[in-house]
Amino acid sequence: MAKLNLVSALNMALDQEMARNDRMLILGEDVGREGGVFRVTDGLQKKYGAARVVDTPLAESAILGAALGLAAGGMLPVAEIQFEGFIHVAMDQLCNQIGRYRNRSRGRYGLSLVIRVPWGGGIHAPEHHSDSPEALLAHTPGLTVVQPSNPADAKGLLLAALRLGEPVVFCEPKRIYRAIKAEVPEGDYTVPIGKAAVARQGKDLTIVAWGAMMREALEAAEELQAQGASAEVIDLRTLSPMDSETVVESVRKTGRLVIAHEAPRTLGLGAEIAARVGEEALTSLLAPIERVTGFDTVMPLSQLEDYYLPDHRRVLAGARKVLAA
Amino acid sequence: MYFERFDPLQGQCLQILDPMGKVQEDLRPDLPDSRVKQLYERMSVMRLADQMAMSLQREGGMGTYAPFYGQEAAQASAAFLQPADWMVPSYRETGALFLRGVPLANLYRYWMGDERGMLMPEGLRILPIAIVVGSQPLHAVGLSWAMKLKGEKAAAVAYFGDGASSQGDVHEAMNFAGVFQTPTVFLCQNNQFAISLPRKQQTAAATIAQRASSYGFPGLLIDGNDIFAVAAAMTEALADVRAGKGPRLIEMLTYRLGPHTTADDPTKYRASGEIEKYKPFDPLLRLRRYLESRKLWDETAEKDLVQRGQAEVEDAAKKAKAIAPAVPDDIFAYTYRTLPPYLKRQQEDLRAFLKEQAAVEAHHG
Repeated sequence: MAKLNLVSALNMALDQEMARNDRMLILGEDVGREGGVFRVTDGLQKKYGAARVVDTPLAESAILGAALGLAAGGMLPVAEIQFEGFIHVAMDQLCNQIGRYRNRSRGRYGLSLVIRVPWGGGIHAPEHHSDSPEALLAHTPGLTVVQPSNPADAKGLLLAALRLGEPVVFCEPKRIYRAIKAEVPEGDYTVPIGKAAVARQGKDLTIVAWGAMMREALEAAEELQAQGASAEVIDLRTLSPMDSETVVESVRKTGRLVIAHEAPRTLGLGAEIAARVGEEALTSLLAPIERVTGFDTVMPLSQLEDYYLPDHRRVLAGARKVLAA
Repeated sequence: MYFERFDPLQGQCLQILDPMGKVQEDLRPDLPDSRVKQLYERMSVMRLADQMAMSLQREGGMGTYAPFYGQEAAQASAAFLQPADWMVPSYRETGALFLRGVPLANLYRYWMGDERGMLMPEGLRILPIAIVVGSQPLHAVGLSWAMKLKGEKAAAVAYFGDGASSQGDVHEAMNFAGVFQTPTVFLCQNNQFAISLPRKQQTAAATIAQRASSYGFPGLLIDGNDIFAVAAAMTEALADVRAGKGPRLIEMLTYRLGPHTTADDPTKYRASGEIEKYKPFDPLLRLRRYLESRKLWDETAEKDLVQRGQAEVEDAAKKAKAIAPAVPDDIFAYTYRTLPPYLKRQQEDLRAFLKEQAAVEAHHG
């Protein structure tokens, strides 16, 4: 197995599926000659031609609306939205159209399409380049929302998304695009959509995270271990539909829960996870559920970004709080 | 007269100053040589300011920055706005903002990741820069609509690029402006690239200016590297919209000599010799040729200008670096007019966390 970063793992998945499925095409801003602003589609236009790796005019609503039509017409479009902050421009196409199409067409058009979007903060980027609007999408019926936290999952989840037969928003945590290198299976490798992973076993508390926050969660767990507490860490991986069963099962075992995400707190995914645990495992809880999250403010520019993004120290503080209760 | 004489649908483009620095006198707008000289000086300092931003970024003191190298004449369009007019900029308008009176140190500060840099000086009619391309022309339509409703004889100028012109919002903005006859000037700086995408792949239409006719108002294509054409187009468009004649679209054809932003690598998509083709059209070079031909400029004046300009931008950089960083409380200060109780708690939690961390670190230190 090769040691790859997230960008290379995603590139490998796209390349392999392009080779396997000649109906697949990639479209987006700068995905061709430039290879994407983060180089995820690097080299693909050279290999598969400009008709299959398409540099589009700068228009997110058109990219997603056209992707809907391409999918309805029997192609497998993979659309790239350059930064998560630009997805709002296409929200009507995404939420009012794509998410509802299977239902509207009474099952005739179950759209096979994947929307890849660099996601979240931590790279000192301009405004609208560092947000985490996943709750908006997870709140939309009909959309599948995925966010990998490591290179192997990135490849496996993307290949699975491409074959799911549903519209998938694939959120790519940009701050770990190149920060992690890990072994990635080279062959045809998929990771099931809709299934959370227990990334670390533990018995004293459960920490749930996804995407770039998994690094912080695991680092916090490591420090907790040194202090004599054992944390179970769950990587949600698919944010919608959400595998809360794995979380509930873990909380039944540990009795304590910390949810960590970088999106704003109010109506963030943490609220939904807490509600489900409240419904299913209230009597197992030994302490109130703790949410470690971004603030309900506009994501600040780079000077204050590190105060906004929860790091392992804030996860650790949350863990200590539930352990002390 | 320019809008009437130069029809973008006929492939006409207004150029007054040719690349050799020669002016076509019959087209010359009311732009006395003293003013031309002054514009040349500000455009030169603008370029130095842009270069300074690039080097601040390269030395790690600044985040991503969008340069306007090669677009100084189009940016100097800001000089033709009156104080009552509104400027509605995109992120590439550092030169225009500077010319309109925003201190350079503020602009540097913003790109250094400090949002306080976007607080415009009192009384300057400028909206904050828009990062999502094509979002702001709609705001300019609304602003100018407000002025029309209030009976103010002023305009709002929407700055956007050729890439942005593909966005649905830009179409909607122009359509609204046409329907409601708002005093809006749509100013498209066509630098021929949207990151890596050349203009030809952005639209199959020959020009962006010609779109105006389908929205029911005049459009004009000009050489955006020619300050005389910029002056002519701006003066006429602003006078027309202020007089209630409805919106105007100006496409300023220029060329992006630098990257899209400091995060971008143009060698991936631009042929190496391509830039050389555009260098003779450099807005500063041809303006200097004009001034020299009129004996208004020479090597000594140039040296003196560069020296003064360099001192000015260095001073701004120094000022920007010297400002104390923003404090974490700043995160909470402006999202709402009044902090909701739960957000107040989040702020207090952060304060407590930072205090605790400082104590832990002091203990370990």
